[in-house]
Amino acid sequence: MRDVAVIGVGITPFGELWNKSLRNLFTEAALAAIDDSGVDRIQSMYVGCMSSGLFVGQEHLAALAADYLGQRHIPSTRVESACASGGLAMRLGYMEVASGMNDVVLVGGVEKMTDSTGPEATFGLGTAADQEYECYHGITFPGLYALIARAHMEKYGTTREQLAMVAVKNHKNGANNPNAQYPFEITVDGVLKSVMIADPLRILDCSPITDGAAAAILCPVDMAKKLGKPIIKVIGTGHATDTIQLCDRDDPTWLEATYLAAKQAYAMADKKPSDIDFFEVHDCFTIAEICVMEALGLVDKGKGGPAVEAGKTAIEGKFPINPSGGLKSKGHPVGATGIAQVYEIVKQFRGEAEGRQVKNARIAMTQNMGGSGASTVTHIFERE
Amino acid sequence: MPTPSRYWREIPQRYRYEASRCTGCGKIFFPPRLVCSACGSREFEPTKIAEAGKVMTYTVIHTPPQPFVDQAPYAMGIVELDDGVRITGQIVDCDFSELAVGKRVRLEFRRISQDGKAGVIFYGYKFVPEI
Ligand SMILES: [Zn+2]
Repeated sequence: MRDVAVIGVGITPFGELWNKSLRNLFTEAALAAIDDSGVDRIQSMYVGCMSSGLFVGQEHLAALAADYLGQRHIPSTRVESACASGGLAMRLGYMEVASGMNDVVLVGGVEKMTDSTGPEATFGLGTAADQEYECYHGITFPGLYALIARAHMEKYGTTREQLAMVAVKNHKNGANNPNAQYPFEITVDGVLKSVMIADPLRILDCSPITDGAAAAILCPVDMAKKLGKPIIKVIGTGHATDTIQLCDRDDPTWLEATYLAAKQAYAMADKKPSDIDFFEVHDCFTIAEICVMEALGLVDKGKGGPAVEAGKTAIEGKFPINPSGGLKSKGHPVGATGIAQVYEIVKQFRGEAEGRQVKNARIAMTQNMGGSGASTVTHIFERE
Repeated sequence: MPTPSRYWREIPQRYRYEASRCTGCGKIFFPPRLVCSACGSREFEPTKIAEAGKVMTYTVIHTPPQPFVDQAPYAMGIVELDDGVRITGQIVDCDFSELAVGKRVRLEFRRISQDGKAGVIFYGYKFVPEI
């Protein structure tokens, strides 16, 4: 396998973008990534998207995206793994370059969610759970994560305030992200008084409904060196699955797929959690970030809440998490999220992250998760 | 929501709680599967799930999906039945203040949701407090 570098990234603003279509969102991010990389051609592309069919009634997105990117005829692949679609597009693009099959591959992600009504979007997102045995009975995604949160609070004594502190920290970071949907700070009290969605989770525990796209260009490290680009190397990748139904897992508070995907990436990169300078993780709900930090091995089981409270996940903390603002503040266009994480790593490594810069970051990790944790993709990156 | 043929296909589980027991390792699957995820066996015998158990975790849904808007807020939980099978469903006939991890509940056959004003009425199990 060849070493692979990320040589360009692009992103759209995240938000309710009424004047932008699915196809133009993707194209805008992809063109930005191509321009950023300086390449004059791409040989293949992957498009992460959870549900363009349900959100805007458009399938066959791979061909459409290639066509509107001016890349008619190249192989283009749509990738779906619910909210982990973008991360999985990144992994497949990595594999294509690493294998030697192609040299210049674009990996992107997009979701156009606000063309749907609220209930339509809720239904669309719900398809990442078990339609016949979870959704049939009236569960929602906030509901599934509320079940995880309640179990975590009962088992480990995690507090309602600790959950709120995840959102407060991510909004503090996102306030300095020009692409964020909600770039402003919030307070613990504000979270605790926000409208109840699924007890104990309130609206400010939940990532929003978002339109947006992100893209990155991958090529072999040798080629990146010839192009004179700063070398940002993919040194690890992992991918694992778990039961589709939350209730079928031994412990609803434990994200086994994240644990396994992280273990693979750490082994491939020959790194341990303490070697990683910062993390971009899937905080679709506040409780998710707490469970993820436990599964990534940053803290012991059940110790996520106290770690947030102690400031360990802040930008200047022991293991900064989501300097971008995370899904909570930045927004969560589901198929784009995994690539937006890669975008943040590259901006951080280049020292272009402005008010949210992690100092001297050289190694970073992404974790992108689908459903209530039934799929997870991880990557580890190193700046030379 | 399901079409009539899909709804009909799911009746054995929704109405009669039909499950399957792996003849290799004894694990019970609800819904039935074609291969055992514990031991890999493809041999099963029919069984039914236990009709009572205890709440493992719970929530109260305030922002429901479309078919459930007239029911919100409503409680939902994951229940571990007495045979070890775990299922997700609504917890009804119970004050929200009485919801608790470990609470004993049993299954009851109830209306789940309705497909619009003239649509199909969907039935299945819900949890009620065990008396
Ligand atoms: Zn078995």
